[in-house]
Amino acid sequence: MDSTAAYAIELRDIVKRFPGVVANDGVNLSVRSGTIHAIVGENGAGKSTLMKTLYGAHQPDEGMILVNGEPQRFRSPRDAIALGIGMVFQHFMLARNFTVWENIVLGQEPRRRGRLDISGAKRSLDELGQRYGLDVRPDDLIADLGVGEKQRCEILKVLYRGAKILILDEPTAVLVPQEVDELFASLRELVAAGSTVIFISHKLDEVLRHADAITVIRAGKTVGEISDPHSVTARDLAEMMVGSQLPTPETRTSTVTTHRALEVRELTVAPEPGSIKDRVAKVSFEVHRGEILGIAGVEGNGQSELVAAIMGLEDSVGTVLVDGLDINRLSTMQRKARGIGYIPEDRQQNGLALELPLWENAALGHQHSEPYAKGRWMNRSGARQRTREIVRRFDVRTPSIDVPAFALSGGNQQKLVVGREMMSEPKVLLASHPTRGVDVGAQAVIWDILRDARSAGLATLLISADLEELIGLSDRLLVMLRGQIVAELDPATVTPAMLGSYMTGVH
Amino acid sequence: MLSRIRGALLAPGVAAVMAILIAAIALLISRNNPLTAFSAMWDNISNAESVVLIINRAVPYYVSGVAVAIGFKMNLFNIGANGQYLLAALIAAWAGSQVTLPAPLHVTFILAVAVVVGAAWASIAAILKVTRNVNEVISTIMLNFIATGLVAFLLTEQFRERDTGSLIAQTPTLPPSARLPHLDWLITWTGIDLGNARLLGFLPIAIAIGVAYHLLLNRSRFGYELRLSGLNPEAARAAGVNPKAMVFKTIVLSGAIAGLIGMHSLLADPQFYKYGDQFPRMLGFTGISLALLGRNHPAGVAAAALVWAMIERATQPLSRIGIPQEIGVIMQGAFLLTAIIAYEVVKRRNDANAAAQAAAMSQSVTTAEPPHTAQLPGGGS
Repeated sequence: MDSTAAYAIELRDIVKRFPGVVANDGVNLSVRSGTIHAIVGENGAGKSTLMKTLYGAHQPDEGMILVNGEPQRFRSPRDAIALGIGMVFQHFMLARNFTVWENIVLGQEPRRRGRLDISGAKRSLDELGQRYGLDVRPDDLIADLGVGEKQRCEILKVLYRGAKILILDEPTAVLVPQEVDELFASLRELVAAGSTVIFISHKLDEVLRHADAITVIRAGKTVGEISDPHSVTARDLAEMMVGSQLPTPETRTSTVTTHRALEVRELTVAPEPGSIKDRVAKVSFEVHRGEILGIAGVEGNGQSELVAAIMGLEDSVGTVLVDGLDINRLSTMQRKARGIGYIPEDRQQNGLALELPLWENAALGHQHSEPYAKGRWMNRSGARQRTREIVRRFDVRTPSIDVPAFALSGGNQQKLVVGREMMSEPKVLLASHPTRGVDVGAQAVIWDILRDARSAGLATLLISADLEELIGLSDRLLVMLRGQIVAELDPATVTPAMLGSYMTGVH
Repeated sequence: MLSRIRGALLAPGVAAVMAILIAAIALLISRNNPLTAFSAMWDNISNAESVVLIINRAVPYYVSGVAVAIGFKMNLFNIGANGQYLLAALIAAWAGSQVTLPAPLHVTFILAVAVVVGAAWASIAAILKVTRNVNEVISTIMLNFIATGLVAFLLTEQFRERDTGSLIAQTPTLPPSARLPHLDWLITWTGIDLGNARLLGFLPIAIAIGVAYHLLLNRSRFGYELRLSGLNPEAARAAGVNPKAMVFKTIVLSGAIAGLIGMHSLLADPQFYKYGDQFPRMLGFTGISLALLGRNHPAGVAAAALVWAMIERATQPLSRIGIPQEIGVIMQGAFLLTAIIAYEVVKRRNDANAAAQAAAMSQSVTTAEPPHTAQLPGGGS
């Protein structure tokens, strides 16, 4: 391998067609060796197709791939790995019931005298981890790890296979600010040691802060190559991505009323087996009509359990009132009927059945109510009619309502989920990470929906890892740490950095 | 619509060709002439009499396939259909012989007993699963053994016909009021000669079961929640479906239908009208293959049952010309395996097409229209 080549990776005029669509239509990318290179673009712009091309998952129809200055053809990911290209996926590919070291060596186990060399594996892991500041304990079970640690495992897995060029797909989507800084510190170490890093991101601030160069992709084409990130602003980048001028954020007037739509009193969720710490510990708050109450917190501090308890999906002690009426003894279905809308934190896991067509997904959670059902029978024409309305009103981009949900991009799936909940006109909305992993366009649509619903009187409990989103949308902010509410903050005065320190308990 | 049917038939078509090829290879290896074998097989199925016999054979297979399919739809593997139907058939045969009722009521009574027994036996596995989280594959397999033993005990000790002095253990023969009349008039009316074959009377009930299965699965709220629970149990729970209740209901329903598997032989087949040692014993296992082959689809399982019966009918005369009849089992196995592979290949292709179409849609819209108001709160997102 010629490590002195100026460009680790070059793509020239890549074209990739699928039946009925040109996903990449002239993509150019030049990644200098030893740099951190960001690729930005809306969902559906052709980023994932590009990644697959880079990783050898498919071959482009036209164009050239150069690795370290040499033209290459990848017949499979194996060829890409052989050339030192490693991919870190957004959705972790780790076996939950295996330990860290087992996951990392899986498929490339070191052997000594025909047997698995366990101590050797752990030793080389420790070395790798220390060299790049990727802190992991080899004997931990994956199931016990937080998101940041899992991600470090994924990176180590790739490094262990000898990758010199790392591709990371939205690596920060699931991390809190402190973890993001740690990640990029590690990536810096890697680059300093001669590796090259390519990452995809939606978070433009972060791209500007950490990338040495940026490539912007829109509608399958490269529309911008920025070699000096200091010369552009997040706004410039966003405009390049969507291809037009952005409106300025409007100032909002408060629509908060004194009517308590949702009241939670001393809600407690018992500890997990083997632990003694309540997952949610005597949490009390209220959300008024026309108010968005934001809950900030590092993931795993009880926010998911709090929402699950309010939905009746998790056993809890305490009182939950909707419009003053106790719903403690009601089933999830009855709670929904009382006017709680629910945007689950993971749309693919909890919000959709990916193989079902859109119109059946629209009925999910509302399968007992009009227009989706008539008594014990489903109302197909009613459901389809309602789905068409959701698609139209909430800008779900789809060829038809009969395509399976997996065919849609993340943003469009999420718009369907949000639209479905909004169409049933809830009094209270539990929105968990409503814009996680969606593109800027869909994010803006979803924010607008939430704002409009707020002015129309909806009480929203917003849980998010996106601190800008929390601060931008919320009327009040609570911080959750280790199952407890530890602070109430005013979004008008708080900064993401301050919020981060409350979230980690430093404050 | 036409293209959808063509698409659905593509995979099984390819699988059929592969199965015939594999059978041919097996015949060649065993030093038999495949052409001789295949022509003998074809001769044995290409007449009206055979078609009727194939349908008769397919009917209980179909009921069995539907019973298993309903569990599969929720990722529940009811391997216990066999025990459920044997026990149901025995108890229904005995109960039917103990009452005197007018014809329609008598038949209904026996069917009801079979349904209740099948459901009750399956409910053991359902309760174990819901309360103790016992894997239903294990429990239903175990319950098959227990059911077989229980059937043998009940038959010899409790339900056997006593006053004949016969050494064979069997239940008393059902009176004519408990028998389903044959349907030959349906065919002879068209002038086709059936020879010695009779079209047995359980067929309309099997068709009704298929229609009911379709309506339940694709039109009812319960069916929606059932499919949802099978595809994504987490999402189903978030949508207010009680997973335990769903598991319980589905296993019991599967058992209820399984209870009917033996009713074709008991109520419609002149060979039986009773439960004895000649009663078919393995129909419940065939259902597993048929549910897989028919992809749990009401019509698909019917087609699978007919193919299965056809292969069995076709290979019957082979031993007479010195060719091992087991070639039929090889064909069935090869067909099942290649069909499952072919389904997966076709599914992946369709999935990729659907994804590409949707991607095309969102892109064409992106470029054709001005994009939506993208806002950056606080100068970045």
